Amino acid sequence: MPKVRFATAWLGGCSGCHMSFLDLDEKLIALADKIELVYSPIADAKEFPEDVDVTLVEGAVANIDNLKLAKEIRARSRLVVSFGDCAVTGNVPSLRNKLGVDDVLTAVYHEGPGRHPTGGDEIMPRLLPKVLPLHQVIHVDAFLPGCPPDPDRIWAAVSALLAGEPLVLEPEMRTFG
Amino acid sequence: MSVVTLTINDELVSAQEGQTLLSVLQERGIEVPTLCHLDGLSERGGCRLCMVEMEGSGRLQAACVTQVQEGMVVYTHSERLVKYRRMILELLFSERNHVCAVCVMNGNCELQWEAAQIGMDHVRYEYLNPDLPMDASHERFVIDHNRCILCTRCVRVCDEIEGAHVWDVMGRGVNSRVIVDLNQPWGTSQSCTSCGKCVQVCPTGALFSKGATVAEMEKQHNFLRWILDGREKKIWSYENGK
Repeated sequence: MPKVRFATAWLGGCSGCHMSFLDLDEKLIALADKIELVYSPIADAKEFPEDVDVTLVEGAVANIDNLKLAKEIRARSRLVVSFGDCAVTGNVPSLRNKLGVDDVLTAVYHEGPGRHPTGGDEIMPRLLPKVLPLHQVIHVDAFLPGCPPDPDRIWAAVSALLAGEPLVLEPEMRTFG
Repeated sequence: MSVVTLTINDELVSAQEGQTLLSVLQERGIEVPTLCHLDGLSERGGCRLCMVEMEGSGRLQAACVTQVQEGMVVYTHSERLVKYRRMILELLFSERNHVCAVCVMNGNCELQWEAAQIGMDHVRYEYLNPDLPMDASHERFVIDHNRCILCTRCVRVCDEIEGAHVWDVMGRGVNSRVIVDLNQPWGTSQSCTSCGKCVQVCPTGALFSKGATVAEMEKQHNFLRWILDGREKKIWSYENGK
């Protein structure tokens, strides 16, 4: 059987979901037999490749880089999964939504310690007016809530997806937070 | 008291006249979600999660404020009801800033749990992200309006059990807020007895004990039964403390 072309991506999030993914521990070895990891923060791929079967997306859509990658992911993946609360709800990154972008940048950079980016220099991608959950930007096929989703949830979800089954988690496994 | 017979999910059921439909459902182990209902407090019919379909009526009825009647035919889990219950929860989540990951009630919250139960794995509506305040002026407790779902359990417990009636609701619709006395900082209230009943009955992280941080808050409802059993039935002690 050909290996499933599997990717994970990291948008506006803390990488905690990826840490939890790594906490699959020895199950990762079983997983490695079934998948080829074609793109991930933990793999060395610069461009999001074509023809991906399953992509887990951590993080909310917070800036124009996130938005661009989200659209590439959608165009090149058969199944896109919102992986963790930031992708599913906006979660902690979206706490800035009640403040204006200028106010956030002023508070964090101009009034904060150290040197601040001057803006427009392409060092920092432009922030979107509001941080959005992934499904408000692209079509999402399945949702895996949790902050982070614990390894058992991730395993239940990945097992179902690799078996070609719909992702239906038990109530205990689909709480936010 | 006379007995009435009704049909629930195609099954004949007997109930006492005057009973609410919700209490009959609960007696029979038929689980419908609730948020504003709490045993020991008056019913409000506010959250609409316990809505049921009733033959002969096009409108959905909240089971907590509907009395059983002879010949009633009720459905509790039709496709339409499940769809609406999920919509209600999604609207609650989108209306304020319910970020479970950084909430004192994470893991113990009734709103969080009802959403998981019903299978609400994402919210289809746009989040409103309102700019809402917290009031930490009380010596022991905090109110975080970001988490409030306006169930009014705090209003009812304070009025009906404690007898102080500190809490009320002001405004309309999406602008509604629970307020202390005449909309003043909680710490300046002269009617508040600092009993903490409102904190204990609050289903979310809207009311919590000062100093609690993420996932540290747990709430106890037992006191309601102890107080009411004493008042109404003159029961003052429980075997094994139960």
